[in-house]
Amino acid sequence: MDRFPIEAGHVLMFARAIGDPNPVYEDADVAAASEVGAIPAPPTFVQASAQFDPDYPLRPRIGRPWFGSGRTPSGVRGRAPSSTGKGTDAGSGGRGGGGTGLHAEQHYEYHRTPQVGDVLTATTTPGKRWKKQGRRAGNLVFAESITEYRDQHGELVVTARSVGVRTERPAGS
Amino acid sequence: MPLSARDLAPDATFSAVVVEDLTRTQIVQYAGASGDYNPLHTDEVFATQVAGYPSVFAHGMLTMGMTGRMLTDLVGDGRLLAFGGRFTAQVWPGDDLTVIATVRAVGDRAGTPVVELALRTTNQDGVDVFAGEATARVDP
Repeated sequence: MDRFPIEAGHVLMFARAIGDPNPVYEDADVAAASEVGAIPAPPTFVQASAQFDPDYPLRPRIGRPWFGSGRTPSGVRGRAPSSTGKGTDAGSGGRGGGGTGLHAEQHYEYHRTPQVGDVLTATTTPGKRWKKQGRRAGNLVFAESITEYRDQHGELVVTARSVGVRTERPAGS
Repeated sequence: MPLSARDLAPDATFSAVVVEDLTRTQIVQYAGASGDYNPLHTDEVFATQVAGYPSVFAHGMLTMGMTGRMLTDLVGDGRLLAFGGRFTAQVWPGDDLTVIATVRAVGDRAGTPVVELALRTTNQDGVDVFAGEATARVDP
């Protein structure tokens, strides 16, 4: 992703969504007097970089069909978009929607605390892949993706490691 | 107030309730903030009639976000060095979630005192929905 600006209004909305009333997220004066010295991003905030991904498949996009309900329960029969590599859970359309992708793990390493005013870029590369025998039909396929978030100076801010899991159906079923 | 290494004993436990009676609206609020509008989280008709779930369910990242809130309350803002874990069960509307952080070690990383914490986020039935770990800077 080319440009992920960390903005005060976005941080406030995110803090509200996770139920965090910490004044450091809504009062710039409190934040300026804090150890960070600015409004910090909450620990999982980089996940909201999806907002700045022009092709993010789990957001309705103008002029494109959406797989959620409208006149019928599903807007797009059959295939739902996959979020593979985007680090977001339940990316495919669930059991009936043509996929079974789920978010299995998420890990962050903070090289410093991202804060309002930072403009990050994100680069995602695939990591390890492994298989496990599922309890029901098919193998569970785990796939890792590593995203590096760098700031406006090119310095590494956060390294995110996401693991997605999906069911691989046996051939012929 | 940030934690001090002096006050941290191995196996000391901290806990906090991070949500009671999780609402569908909060899940939608998280969809709006995070940008992940997957209808499995935001659209009861799709989640039940197309995907076959009993209702919409929370984003794993909402659970992790609420877990992170407990952590920043505990260790202070801007103090986390690492935070991660596994999503071990789904979180449904109506759930109550509690985060339990247990001190695994108090140590030193390149001259900076740090605490290593084991994390569990559990629902009202005592089932773990998130299990992980965190490392944070602490005061000497």
